[in-house]
Amino acid sequence: MNRIRKVTLKAKEEGRKLLIPYLVAGDPNLSITVDLMNELVKDGADIIELGIPFSDPSSDGPVIQRGVERALARGTTLEEILQVVSRFRCGNSVTPIVLMGYLNPIEIMGYELFAQLSSEVGVDGVLVVDMPPAESANLKHLLQEASIEMIYLVAPTTSHVRANTIARYSSGYLYYVSLKGVTGAALTDLESVASSIKILRELTDLPIVIGFGIKDADSAREMSELAEGVVIGSSLVEEIAKLAGKEQISNTEITATTELIRESRKAIDN
Amino acid sequence: MFEAKGSSVILDGPDEYGHFGPYGGIFVGETLIAAIEELTATYSELSSNEEFWREFDNELKYYVGRPSPLYFAESLSNACGGAKIYLKREDLNHTGAHKVNNTIGQALLAKHMGKTRIIAETGAGQHGVASATVAARLGLECCVYMGAEDIVRQAPNVYRMKLLGANVVAVDSGSRTLKDAMNEALRDWATNVDNTYYIIGTVAGPHPYPKIVRDFQCVIGREARAQSKEQLGRLPDVLIACVGGGSNAIGLFYPFLSDEQVLMYGVEAGGKGLETGEHAAPLNEGTPGVLHGNRTYLMTDSGGQIMETHSVSAGLDYPGVGPEHAWLKDNKRVNYVAVTDTEAIQAFHKLTRLEGIIPALESSHAIAYGIELAATMDGSKCLIINLSGRGDKDIETIAKIEGIEL
Repeated sequence: MNRIRKVTLKAKEEGRKLLIPYLVAGDPNLSITVDLMNELVKDGADIIELGIPFSDPSSDGPVIQRGVERALARGTTLEEILQVVSRFRCGNSVTPIVLMGYLNPIEIMGYELFAQLSSEVGVDGVLVVDMPPAESANLKHLLQEASIEMIYLVAPTTSHVRANTIARYSSGYLYYVSLKGVTGAALTDLESVASSIKILRELTDLPIVIGFGIKDADSAREMSELAEGVVIGSSLVEEIAKLAGKEQISNTEITATTELIRESRKAIDN
Repeated sequence: MFEAKGSSVILDGPDEYGHFGPYGGIFVGETLIAAIEELTATYSELSSNEEFWREFDNELKYYVGRPSPLYFAESLSNACGGAKIYLKREDLNHTGAHKVNNTIGQALLAKHMGKTRIIAETGAGQHGVASATVAARLGLECCVYMGAEDIVRQAPNVYRMKLLGANVVAVDSGSRTLKDAMNEALRDWATNVDNTYYIIGTVAGPHPYPKIVRDFQCVIGREARAQSKEQLGRLPDVLIACVGGGSNAIGLFYPFLSDEQVLMYGVEAGGKGLETGEHAAPLNEGTPGVLHGNRTYLMTDSGGQIMETHSVSAGLDYPGVGPEHAWLKDNKRVNYVAVTDTEAIQAFHKLTRLEGIIPALESSHAIAYGIELAATMDGSKCLIINLSGRGDKDIETIAKIEGIEL
């Protein structure tokens, strides 16, 4: 069984909410990325979303844009990111990894090679932000053959009819974008999220996770109550930014960087 | 509608999903899909309504000053000693370029959709000026995103936009040029999607933009076709236009696509030379990929990152190109060539001195190729070059290159 299904089923049985941190692969470098991933698991991450940096991240706000720029300044490539997953898998065979990014790097690598390599290194899910269901039949098919879930976004602007289509297309989990805007924007309207999730809930049995506006442990707790889990991206990337430019990074610094995730775990579980 | 030579593909795109063969489509974040669906529905309704096109034509006639002349450049033709060169004078449009044909049309769409705010990206500033102009006239709030580097090299246009009441936002991310301005406009659109209409300035972006912008720009080719028949007594032998995103080129070419005897050349920015890698010529040197909502030829590296481009002309300094051009390239209906910065600047001077017309640096690329081609052709042949914009905005750039302080 795919690791995402195992983890989400288990969480459901235990009444535990999913905590999903996002970080940009290669920010500030690939070896730190592996250290951070291992640390995030210790902190209580259920799934890790690993961002594939792209030069033109038009759905991302300034924090993740800068993370992407830091990763690309070192020439981080998709091949290397897949190697990072492979290195992570040497010590961890349970935590699901979802690659999240834009289409062009995957398009240039070629869908077949991407699906094959992803499967070999132990990727569990793929989320391509600029590839709606209507354009993704080929990639989805290849990933499905490789037992990799293809995850899609639902936005506050998504119509009911369309949400139904996306829910049927998506596998693994459904990612609800909590606000109109880009990653890292300030979230204000908890009530509208609650009512959207309620509608979505009737369309699917998939776990629904909420992302895009979650700043801290408090907002993580509030949001987690509305769905099966939360994604924390920009706030973590902002912490990771503090590691940039350092010659040596100690274990203490790695631990300090992911404190937000430990706190969020605690807040969500209580 | 058109059967390409040596190909069975019918060049009548896009299909209902916005595909031109393998190109085009809708590749955007989910937040924008609803806005795109709304635009598609509005355009589909309005474009089948004669009243809408009457309104559009009326604007073009009385506000833009169309039709633009088809001008016989006799001195330039004599200097080349070959084919007769005609210029389609888009530089004479209100605001000084072809861009306004599109912004007038899209502003009408925005008005029909009840949007109160428009946003635009701009490279050379011509599209930004054309957007700020229609916004001023319709009383819409206007925000123009422009790469920080372009703001420096197109200062006069920045000030024009400000005079017109637009908020010009400098984009400091990435290569600080047109592509980054487009990223920022997409972010704004996702954030303010309820009240904001995004006027894309070229035949790129997600479907239905490439079709909408083409439909509005086709007035260039329709006029040129009628003017050719009237002034030459026949169709021209060759059409030439510069290609950045490709809106002036598709505007000129599209109404001639089924005229098989008419040869077409799209001229990309060769920058410092195709062999140097410092250019903006994705149709000549690029690879198909996905950027800014559509699949098309791109300047992308082997890892799928978009490369920085170079052109002396800000309006051509873009790593992608409209998906319909990608398709016309593959089907060999249009020949895509490139002209270097130096050649474009020489053409800029030549046209200025021989005809008393200062062309935009973008259009100078088309002039450069036209001059070269005309010289190889018989005097009985006629070619039309799209003079897509005037060059007033570029005089500082030219002066700087030549070491002159203004």
